Amino acid sequence: MIIKQLSVFLENRAGRLTELTGILYDNDINISAFSIADTTDFGILRVITGKPELAEKVLKEQGFAVKITDVIGMVMPNKPGGLHKALQLLTDNGISIEYMYAFASGDGRATAVIRTDTPQKAIEVLQLHKMELLKTGDVYQV
Amino acid sequence: MIWNEHHECMGREQLASLQGERLRQMVERIYFNVPFYRQKLQEMGIEPGDVRTVDDLRKLPFTTKQDLRDNYPFGLFAVPQSDVVRFHASSGTTGKSTVVGYTHNDILMWSEVVARSLTMAGVTKHDIIQVAYGYGLFTGGLGLHYGAEKVGASVIPISGGNTMKQLQLLEDFGSTAIACTPSYAAFLGESIRDAKLDPSKIKLKAGIFGAEPWTEQMRTEIQQLLGIKAYDIYGLSEVIGPGVSMECSFQKGMHIFEDHFIPEIINPETGEVLPYGELGELVFTAVTKEALPLLRYRTRDLTRLHVDRCECGRTLVRMEKCVGRSDDMLIIRGVNVFPSQVESVLLEMSETRPHYLLVVDRQNNLDTLEIQVEVEDQFFSDEVKVLEGLRKRISGNLTSILGLHASVRLVEPGTIERSQGKAQRVVDKRKLS
Ligand SMILES: [Zn+2]
Repeated sequence: MIIKQLSVFLENRAGRLTELTGILYDNDINISAFSIADTTDFGILRVITGKPELAEKVLKEQGFAVKITDVIGMVMPNKPGGLHKALQLLTDNGISIEYMYAFASGDGRATAVIRTDTPQKAIEVLQLHKMELLKTGDVYQV
Repeated sequence: MIWNEHHECMGREQLASLQGERLRQMVERIYFNVPFYRQKLQEMGIEPGDVRTVDDLRKLPFTTKQDLRDNYPFGLFAVPQSDVVRFHASSGTTGKSTVVGYTHNDILMWSEVVARSLTMAGVTKHDIIQVAYGYGLFTGGLGLHYGAEKVGASVIPISGGNTMKQLQLLEDFGSTAIACTPSYAAFLGESIRDAKLDPSKIKLKAGIFGAEPWTEQMRTEIQQLLGIKAYDIYGLSEVIGPGVSMECSFQKGMHIFEDHFIPEIINPETGEVLPYGELGELVFTAVTKEALPLLRYRTRDLTRLHVDRCECGRTLVRMEKCVGRSDDMLIIRGVNVFPSQVESVLLEMSETRPHYLLVVDRQNNLDTLEIQVEVEDQFFSDEVKVLEGLRKRISGNLTSILGLHASVRLVEPGTIERSQGKAQRVVDKRKLS
């Protein structure tokens, strides 16, 4: 249930992101979902991909600062209140979220990628309430 | 234990008069035997008789590394080659190496100051000392060797490298002291740990480390790894080699053997002599040296001197660990800044040495300082608040150490240019315009 997310440190320089996506493309690595958190000087790229270890290896070889971060993927109906109910569950159980980003998958559902310090506890809570979670094998399809 | 109580614990006035007498004789020797100095002194209108006390030192000219290069190899020697019994040479990073020579008396004097140094580290004739400095043109190996023999310790002249052999002799001979570079000491300690040697077979109690800069954290690490007390020894071949100064067991700076090496601290820009306690460039006059007596040799090392009485009973001044090289000094908004200060702040915050660059610029007639730090694995977090927190912490620590606001920019690994493996530390854009 834990998804391996790739996190990359990026300076805010023109063309830097393009270089990175080029490296992934050259190595036949698909980006299933991503987000960028940025400040004036730098950004942190977070990527969900089917091949996180390979992506980590090739980017490190190219001199990027990279790490693999454990996240969970929460699957919700893509309709009003879908996200709210899921977040309410986490809040009620004292699970704090470091960051999250979401994407719709086109089949009437949406997935939220969540980074928390207590992923196992979050998984237990969500499963207890019959919430669907993204599995590693699913990443190829999203 | 004090090796030479008479000279190491001498009253300051008595010491000054001894220095004055020795300086007078030295100036006479170089005036008549070294054309380079005779010409310099004559140009300044100084005759040997003008130098009577140690206070006259500040009237005399400086000697620089460049002077040694210009007079390569023997131009500054004050004795005929027949009186020289040994050469050493430092490998210059740029251009020719620097050659130094020793008479028989110079070797005796050097052995004496190293014997004093080893005694400070508690080494006696009952010790077995492994000298793991390189033997050869480098002064480390033979310098420690002669001093250790003078003390009467049993010397293992193993030289540097060959770690397996080092470990074997540590065990089999039961060496109680070791002399080498601090980085090699740390490496040996890690090797002992990794080889899972029986710690009870390692009898080491003291280490005498020098010839390269090292930090207090390294001292702690080496002491833990080797189970010893680690001592800092300082020296440079132009003055004599290791044994110019050494820490006593109180470790509040290194005592300079002032009866042989008269230290001064100067402002590197103006050459003006600074009072005790102020940071500046360290200058030495080796008053008793025969083969190569250098007058006011500029070491380019930056440090402070302290003259208050040490608990060990020695009256000799103590020099702090050098904070950098005068060549590297930047003046930013009137504040003296050394790249090594930045390095020490960063080293305290991470386990490995980070790559960094000081970028100095001038905006609206005001100097600015930006420190770029490469984000390598040890610093990288995928949370913005952690990285921002790190950036602010580095900036805050730098600002308090430098006494000047420093902004910090986190950059990707590998973006700071490296030339021949050595990283460039400073870009001063003020000079470009
Ligand atoms: Zn002392």
